[in-house]
Amino acid sequence: MLAPGGRRRRGRALAVAGGALLAAALAGVAVGAVGLPFGGVVSSLLAHVGVHVGTPLPPVEDAILVQWRLPRVVLSALVGGVLALAGASYQGVFRNPLADPYLLGAAAGAGLGATVMIGWGPTQLGPLGTVPAAAFVGSLTGVGLAYALGSVASRQGGGSATLLLAGVAVSSFLTAGQSLAQQAHAEDLRQIYSWIMGQLGTAQWSDVVLVLPYMAVSVTVLLVSGPVLDVLAVGDDEAATLGVRPRRVRLVVLLAASLGTASAVAVSGLIGFVGLVVPHVVRRLAGASYRTVLPVSLVGGAAFLVLADLVARTALAPAELPIGVVTAFVGAPFFAALLRAGGGRAR
Amino acid sequence: MTGPADGGPGRLQVRGLGVTLGRAEVLRDVSLTVEPGSWTAVIGPNGAGKSTLLRALVGLVRHRGSVLLDGRDLDRAAPRERARQLGYAPQSPVLPDGVSVREYVQLGRTPYHSLLAGPRHGDGGIVDEALHRLDLDAMAGRSLRTLSGGERQRAVLARALAQQPRILLLDEPTTALDLGHAQALLELIDRLRAADGLAVLSTLHDLTLAGQYAQSVVLLTGGRVAAAGLPREVLTASAVATHYGASAEVMADGSGVRVMPVRPA
Repeated sequence: MLAPGGRRRRGRALAVAGGALLAAALAGVAVGAVGLPFGGVVSSLLAHVGVHVGTPLPPVEDAILVQWRLPRVVLSALVGGVLALAGASYQGVFRNPLADPYLLGAAAGAGLGATVMIGWGPTQLGPLGTVPAAAFVGSLTGVGLAYALGSVASRQGGGSATLLLAGVAVSSFLTAGQSLAQQAHAEDLRQIYSWIMGQLGTAQWSDVVLVLPYMAVSVTVLLVSGPVLDVLAVGDDEAATLGVRPRRVRLVVLLAASLGTASAVAVSGLIGFVGLVVPHVVRRLAGASYRTVLPVSLVGGAAFLVLADLVARTALAPAELPIGVVTAFVGAPFFAALLRAGGGRAR
Repeated sequence: MTGPADGGPGRLQVRGLGVTLGRAEVLRDVSLTVEPGSWTAVIGPNGAGKSTLLRALVGLVRHRGSVLLDGRDLDRAAPRERARQLGYAPQSPVLPDGVSVREYVQLGRTPYHSLLAGPRHGDGGIVDEALHRLDLDAMAGRSLRTLSGGERQRAVLARALAQQPRILLLDEPTTALDLGHAQALLELIDRLRAADGLAVLSTLHDLTLAGQYAQSVVLLTGGRVAAAGLPREVLTASAVATHYGASAEVMADGSGVRVMPVRPA
């Protein structure tokens, strides 16, 4: 439901976010312990897809680019984009600006899964890291529990607020379980802690391949949900009188968003702030229609996390900052500035 | 507005409608007919079940009995089909943040799309016309939240009109409006009704407004129909005394019925 100017506005916002993503990605692959020249990076990347222009990087540097930098940048972009998109979707179905992708127990479930696996599990299971797998399963279990509890409770009335409360209850329960497991394995605290703070340092192509199918499904479903989320903005009752089935819509969108979140959590740990803040920034700058907010959040979230990861690994090089720290450090002041700047404007 | 999308005169018949919420029986055996192109007002004291009746008709509350439009059972129709027949404006509509008046009115076109599609080509014209008829052209680009009470009510009405329904269900459309704005809004609704052959079923708190705008009045008390018929048949001093516990003088003349409260002696 875009006004005539809305389509143009969406196009412009997408172009800006796309440009930011491209710039962040180029900086992300070029900057690091070994600096790579931009021209060589572009030539090498093009050469890998069969276009030969200019002088590609020498083999060692090409290997750094393709085996180290590129998977990390791609994974950051995927995780950031999916988290921001999932956050925007959660805010839409709950009509709550404070909703974030971890709301329904996804984070707590993943934390419990990862902790149990770090403490008790084998470190490797075939080609697959066991911690990501456990986090993925834990995350989906958390959301499933919250949804089951929420729908049982909402039969006595309620609706989206009941589901939110169920999410809070399930999260507290799983977090308690996680603390307990952590206590029992105090020697693994450091590893558990670093997982919880979020990490992209070990990114490999196999991670990308692992999560890509789930993310693709999630992103596809969420991107087409824009129009119906716009209808849901008038509340369940009025949406129903416009011919929409709010419960069904909410279930589908939540499942898709949770699948995306679980995939992101599995390979990156818990990265806060992206899912909460990026959609709000987009709303401020490009309007509140979900047909705009969803795609622009996807691209903007990708750009933001690529940039945040760049800061995480260069600010205190050779040491690496946890990426969750960076997203909050960069995101919070930026958001505060935006709130201040927009405060005088009637919305 | 081009009026109803498909044939049939648009006669709404409610037969033996009952609603139970929790353990309370809120509506019991309610039957009424809204004639095509007419205005029917549902009146009754607080808690009589007026809003619940409207909510049941649009399918928001589970109910017994049947709701027929030209003999077709609306409860068996798909939600989108029902939404093309019944336009509903609740007593306190949810006004989403950061949405322009035009975008809001455009939501009325939802029942005509597949869920995943955006607005269609012809929608723009229908939305423009709805905005124009409710005198909202000048504020089409403004944020919904910046509108005054009367303007908001008109925006909600424009959304319902963009739905191109055959029946408009309005729950206390004049709530929060002063007398002048209330009158202007009801005049507007009456003009739209006459021009499009739309039927209107509205709850109205103000008995004088009900007596002046409606062609027929349904008096609900305790979830049952206590009286129904022409305004001057239903709105009598004794009915007001019995069902509202109020003392009032009732005057009927060419412009309808006026109910004036009188302080009990």
